[in-house]
Amino acid sequence: MKNQSIKKNLDWTCIIIYSALVIMGWLNIYSSSLSSIEDTYQKQFVFILLTIPLIFIILGIDGKFYEKYASIIFGVSLLSLVGLFLFGKTIAGQRCWYAIGSFTIQPSEFAKAATSLALAKYLSDSQINLKEVNRQIQALAIVFLPVLLILPQPDPGSALIYSVFLIVLYREGLPAWYIWTGFITILLFMLTLLLEPQYVILIALLVIIIIHFKSRLSDRNIVLSAILFAVMSGFVLSVNYVFQNVFKQHHRDRFNILLGKTVDLKGIGYNTNQSEIAIGSGGWIGKGFLEGTQTKGGFVPEQHTDYIFTTVGEEWGFAGSLVVIALFVGLFLRVIYLAERQKTKFSRVYGYCVAGILFTHFFVNIAMVIGIFPTIGVPLPFFSYGGSGLWGFTILLFIFLKMDANKVNEW
Amino acid sequence: MRKLLLPSIIIVAALLLVIRIFYLQVINDTFKLKSDNNAIKIKYDYPERGYIYDRNGKLLVANQASYDIMVIPRELKNIDTLEFCQLLNITKEDFIKTMAKAKVYSPRLPSVFLPQLNKSEFAAFQEKIRKFEGFYFQKRSLRDYEVDFGANVFGFITQVNEKLIAKNPYYNSGDLIGRQGVEESYEEVLRGIKGVKYFQKDKYNREIGSYKDGKYDTIAVQGEDINLTLDAELQKYGQQLMINKRGGIVAIEPKTGEILALVTAPSYDPSILVGRQRSKNYTLLYYDSIAKPLYDRGLLAEYPPGSPFKILTGLIGLQEQVVDEQTSFMCHHGFSYARGRFMKCHGFGPHNLHNGIYNSCNTYFANVYLRTIAKYTKPSYAVDVWSNHVKSFGLGDYMGYDLPTGKKGNIPTSKTYKKIYPNGGWRGTTIISNSIGQGEVLMTPIQLANMMATVANEGYYYTPHIIKKIKGASIDKKFTEKHVTTIDKKYFKPMISGLFDVYNVGTASSLRVEGIDIAGKTGTAENYTKIGGKRVKLQDHSIFVAFAPKDNPKIAIAILVENGGFGAAIAGPIASLMIEKYLRKKITRTDLETRVLNISLKDRYAILGGMKEADAIESTPQDSTVKKKVQKIDIAIDSTQEN
Repeated sequence: MKNQSIKKNLDWTCIIIYSALVIMGWLNIYSSSLSSIEDTYQKQFVFILLTIPLIFIILGIDGKFYEKYASIIFGVSLLSLVGLFLFGKTIAGQRCWYAIGSFTIQPSEFAKAATSLALAKYLSDSQINLKEVNRQIQALAIVFLPVLLILPQPDPGSALIYSVFLIVLYREGLPAWYIWTGFITILLFMLTLLLEPQYVILIALLVIIIIHFKSRLSDRNIVLSAILFAVMSGFVLSVNYVFQNVFKQHHRDRFNILLGKTVDLKGIGYNTNQSEIAIGSGGWIGKGFLEGTQTKGGFVPEQHTDYIFTTVGEEWGFAGSLVVIALFVGLFLRVIYLAERQKTKFSRVYGYCVAGILFTHFFVNIAMVIGIFPTIGVPLPFFSYGGSGLWGFTILLFIFLKMDANKVNEW
Repeated sequence: MRKLLLPSIIIVAALLLVIRIFYLQVINDTFKLKSDNNAIKIKYDYPERGYIYDRNGKLLVANQASYDIMVIPRELKNIDTLEFCQLLNITKEDFIKTMAKAKVYSPRLPSVFLPQLNKSEFAAFQEKIRKFEGFYFQKRSLRDYEVDFGANVFGFITQVNEKLIAKNPYYNSGDLIGRQGVEESYEEVLRGIKGVKYFQKDKYNREIGSYKDGKYDTIAVQGEDINLTLDAELQKYGQQLMINKRGGIVAIEPKTGEILALVTAPSYDPSILVGRQRSKNYTLLYYDSIAKPLYDRGLLAEYPPGSPFKILTGLIGLQEQVVDEQTSFMCHHGFSYARGRFMKCHGFGPHNLHNGIYNSCNTYFANVYLRTIAKYTKPSYAVDVWSNHVKSFGLGDYMGYDLPTGKKGNIPTSKTYKKIYPNGGWRGTTIISNSIGQGEVLMTPIQLANMMATVANEGYYYTPHIIKKIKGASIDKKFTEKHVTTIDKKYFKPMISGLFDVYNVGTASSLRVEGIDIAGKTGTAENYTKIGGKRVKLQDHSIFVAFAPKDNPKIAIAILVENGGFGAAIAGPIASLMIEKYLRKKITRTDLETRVLNISLKDRYAILGGMKEADAIESTPQDSTVKKKVQKIDIAIDSTQEN
């Protein structure tokens, strides 16, 4: 009886989109792996098969379990990240795997779900008001604790994903200036790399003056504006220093290529150039399944993992790319819609986290592949090769689907 | 409102991605091309070039196989270097040097290790090639000339230049193409079509299999053999006669327009443009701007034809009915055609058409011409009438033959004189030089030969051509199209009879060949050069036109010998010898032959300078039936590259 009601209450729209994405992902991995010696498509097939029992376990566990044990799950997840420093395996300079025989597992892929649960649990307390500075600090602490552990692995890609929690917190009442600060920081950073610092400071000054005189008389605060300007100027001036002295050379290269400052097609710019060629050669309808010349030639590095979207672009063309993007956007909006429908704050916040995390992965990954974002290692959810990633995203999504299915029966 | 932030960001971000992808995939199409360059490797299979035969089926130009030893440095396994060097007869130092070069070029792409081995050199190596991993061979086909003459007719093979590659997508860098002669005009027939194989490449530039299972691959199409209209023996003989002279000979079969011989002197042995010395030799030929061995005088030497043009003056006079066969003019060693204007002539007494021709009387033809122009009230109209008659012999324009070079010559019209005399006032006497083939009239030897062929045919000609047969195809239809002149057939008879008497009693009586009725006409062309900034008159060019036999013409011929003097001095004897050679296959006038062979105009040409370098390379056919074969290894072309 219970199983049947779950079946009935499950959101099949999400499940169908999820299945479609996983299957399409595997087809593209199959195509791209023909050029390499390793049979990655066979491994991925096993990973996909293993998601089926995983999904049954998640759906079988009582809906209340996740809320009840959220803190413990988060704690275990943090421990698994700390453990990397002791037992982690280093692959390609990144110490973010546990190795069990030939099998490797990446705990940061699971930490996102755990953090989401913890944040949802924290915010679900009706006493929490994010207008209070204390609460803001506590909420941000939950988010940045895993970031502190992931950054030194180093895995800036995974760490970047956590910025989306700011948007979740904003939805739950975090003051808008956090968002603005984040947005303006990024903007100033990019502008400073593109232009000379003095011009950026001039632009900032102009904007502040305009805002100051446009706002209502009562809101005008010359001191605040002056402080704001001072902080921004200081930031701009420090960016150059940070960029030159804190960033590593390969980080600087990635930004320089994105901003068009460096052109080096055989060296560091090779990845982006090759992936643009592969996608660009697809045209309207692509070269057809298994017919991609770039894919077959193995020109695009890491094609089955982070650059899997190039196969979509080359073999399925603009039409295929549009379908994939539409499916993803449909999934995100559906999850947000479901989240807003939740009866408990816990499941609503969690749902929001799910949509935000999936979206950030999706955007950063594709934007990088098509050359409008710096090269940063972030997988495309459900598409990219890798068991940890696939399972991490599956767990993330299906915990929410379980909560959603439960909402009627629970109360 | 806070609910809307994430959905808005998602939609805006997705739109941003779609726009960028749309730009990459649909708007910007440079990526498609880059992708093909990236991922598809094209290999060509070059077919063998067609052979060239003469009109009797004698093989003139064939091919020779040569082999390049190629190496891919990265695939090199530890080989026995000593054995390798011994097999190829190279030193260890050579080996090390060449290998280092190949590695610098690319460790994973093939380089030519040793170019152009001949069959026997290669055979020894081929047996052992398996032992030398990383080495393989590439077969190539180069021209093998069976004769040492006819270079101007054959042309040569060279690598295509960048300009042509950009213009014609068939050619790739390093491909060979025919230049000059029939190699150029029949390039597409001779070369065949190269086969193309597409391979999928990986990022290391390695082949990983056939592209789309060979769907787009094509098989090479063999080049077709061709027969030229050339008579190899006649061509060779013509070149021998022209030793130590400069000039051109064109012989045409009147009935068909087929070119029997096309001689230019000085020439060169075609085989010097194959092999390691090719580019050195070519440079030498190319920069010899005085002897100009690459300049086909038979097709390009444009001069006032002189006396042979009187044939046309006479024919037009008859056609326009301003004179008849009996009309005669008095000659007093010349002719005073205007006050203070006198045209010299060597004749004396009354001249009609018949003796006018065989004595080459200037007075007679000047009068005929004056009457032709005076026939109409307006001289401009009369000149155009005259001009159209002349042009109907194929003069004053490109002839349309199938060799890549040519000159139009010049036949003046009323427009010409309007330009020279913008205020008018010109009359027949102003342009009287035209009557005797001087003034504004210019002709090339092949035009002269064609004129004689037309006279021999009594009023028609076929466009001269060098192609006789293409295997598996027919020749251009325009070569079997009869061109009829504006002159009535009946007017040719008296003209031919006059030309026949040039040999019997006229200017060429010493050149008769017993048993062959030849009709001909002598000529001289004045010419000048600048020496030290001064215009200097040089010895006249010797010109002769003829056809034979008179009653059933089989050969029409035009000869130009630069600075040879009077027409009967050098050009005339050559015409007689050529005609006898072609009709009889042997020479009875051995006295003439010895005389011509011994004539050297080198002293006369020395005044123009530039002889020494030219001597080094100007080759002349040897009178030996066995062709001396140059060692094969030296024949190989040095500049072909793997493509």
